[in-house]
Amino acid sequence: MGEILEVDRIRCDGHGICAELLPELISLDDWGYPIVKKGPVPDHLVELARRAVDDCPVLALQLSLQNRDRSR
Amino acid sequence: MELIGPIAESLASHRQRLGPLLALASGELIAELESSGLLGRGGAGFPVGRKWRTVAQRSSGHAVVLANGAEGEPLSHKDRSLMAARPHLVIDGALLAARTVGADDIIFYIGMEHRAADAAMRHALAERPADVRGRARILTAPPGYVSGEESAAVHFVNAGDARPTTTPPRPFDRGVGGRPTLVQNVESLALAALIARRGRDWYVDRGRRGGVGLTTVSGAVNHPGVHEIAYGSTLGDLAAAAGGLRGDSQAVLLGGYFGGWAEVDAQWGLPMDPGSMRARGLAIGCGVVHFLAPDSCGVEATARIVAYLASQSARQCGPCVFGLSAIAAATQRLATRSPHAGDLDRIVRWTGQLAGRGACHHPDGAVVLLRSAMQQFADDFTEHQRRRCLTVSSPRRVAVA
Amino acid sequence: MNDTLLWYATRGAGVVSLVLLTGVVVLGIVSVMRWQTASWPRFLTTGFHRNLALTTLIFLAIHVVTAVVDPFTALGWEAAVVPFSSPYRRFWLGLGVVGIYLLLAIVLTSLLRPLFGPRVWRMVHWLAYAMWPVALIHSIGTGTDPRFGWMLAIEAVCVGSVAIAVAWRASRSAPTAWRQVPATAPQVKKWS
Repeated sequence: MGEILEVDRIRCDGHGICAELLPELISLDDWGYPIVKKGPVPDHLVELARRAVDDCPVLALQLSLQNRDRSR
Repeated sequence: MELIGPIAESLASHRQRLGPLLALASGELIAELESSGLLGRGGAGFPVGRKWRTVAQRSSGHAVVLANGAEGEPLSHKDRSLMAARPHLVIDGALLAARTVGADDIIFYIGMEHRAADAAMRHALAERPADVRGRARILTAPPGYVSGEESAAVHFVNAGDARPTTTPPRPFDRGVGGRPTLVQNVESLALAALIARRGRDWYVDRGRRGGVGLTTVSGAVNHPGVHEIAYGSTLGDLAAAAGGLRGDSQAVLLGGYFGGWAEVDAQWGLPMDPGSMRARGLAIGCGVVHFLAPDSCGVEATARIVAYLASQSARQCGPCVFGLSAIAAATQRLATRSPHAGDLDRIVRWTGQLAGRGACHHPDGAVVLLRSAMQQFADDFTEHQRRRCLTVSSPRRVAVA
Repeated sequence: MNDTLLWYATRGAGVVSLVLLTGVVVLGIVSVMRWQTASWPRFLTTGFHRNLALTTLIFLAIHVVTAVVDPFTALGWEAAVVPFSSPYRRFWLGLGVVGIYLLLAIVLTSLLRPLFGPRVWRMVHWLAYAMWPVALIHSIGTGTDPRFGWMLAIEAVCVGSVAIAVAWRASRSAPTAWRQVPATAPQVKKWS
């Protein structure tokens, strides 16, 4: 049961703290907005991912179960 | 012509021409639509039958049908023409959808600038009996490119704010008033109403490949405007229907601002049905077919489109606001042949970073357009980075009399 | 317990709380201004901001408890819980109680942010700009140490740092100004 990281793009204000805490999965574009690696979060990084989710100042980063409806 | 005409058709004339609306059982109609292969006409091309089935499954009788006639795409005029000429067909489609998915509320979402369409739809609704008038209303969509986006339309109905929202939840799960909502383009609804009367075979067998649709032809043609085509017609047939090309146009924009450029010569025999186009990596989108004038520069044309798309951002997501405006500025510098060093590489890099990182598909559409432009006009872009222009400096196209 | 020890504990914990709160406010502003260097990443600012706030609660607890149980002041628990109910320096002490409630609201909404949601959290957090001056004025009004130079110096540093930080914040446009539709945006309605 994989968990995936998602960004609420409207809430995100580009603080960039998530990229500092989880550089393995999150990098920043030229304007400071997160680029998240696709796919489930590796087990050894789940704790760090939870920390990054908690530390986002605007609660834009979310950790959710993988098998949600992704059709768009 | 099924879908367009010179004046707004009255209810009497509509009934006389087409007969009454059949009472197909919901399951039957959905199956009919699915097997007809009817795809949505708003731009995304999602199968109509499957969409109705999805909403019907979630409905407890209080779903909502939102007939999308916002048509914010500047190059597209088909929806307003359809509503202005065949309002009762659109209403039929919406009523059918409501009955099929279990909706007790119908909203016609009509773009503010489409006056004739709005008048025709209001008049047509007034001709209908009280029980129809009681559960249908017309809302005016604010102008702008994104106000026709699915979640933006729902957001506007709910809160008066026509900006896209974060999904999930999708409208078919929770839309207007938290109820399952079917957001469907007005042309899709009109075609569903015709398929309901005549059966899926009418749709599938009508053209050489099946289906009819509306296109808006513009640019270097003699008679630009909305044209109804039978699928199976080629790009050449469509150009002929539009009075022929004005000059030796080399490039054509297919599908609108979210579409892509293609080479006219190579695609002259392209069958204009969604399946054939997809097989060639193209898309019918919202039916826009824009021929670039032979003396126009592809880079300049692209720069203008990207500048427009950047200005139409809902300004909710950083990557869209900053990325699109940076790309627009760099493309503009290229277009005026005064680029900074590395501008072309920068555009490529930023375009790669932009896709999928907005709450809606607005930045994605810009990426698709830009990538197809850089492929179609590859030589022009390279020359512009060297501060030269192929079209202006040494016209390699010769106008054919 | 030795009365003087309680009295020193109350005053000492109070001063420490004020200094810590000043740090919290300044760090909060530094965080919103997105300040960082190569060796000071953003999460240090936010981490200290949170940890200092929680530490403040400990010192505030010491401050309040020692003040209440101190037989010399004879404050009683009511004074600590109901603002402006103490006969001793009613107004200045009451401000302290108000300040603690404001701080508790901010801390609670922050710890339970997923529950309250970002909008409520933000509104309550703005109360920090009321909470800190209230704490400062409480400290000046109830403190018996203002006559001492070191106390004045501490207060001056606290006021100075917050003033500089607020001026810095006010001098720059909001980091989310890009969300507003610019008035001078080219109204490019159509193309070609």
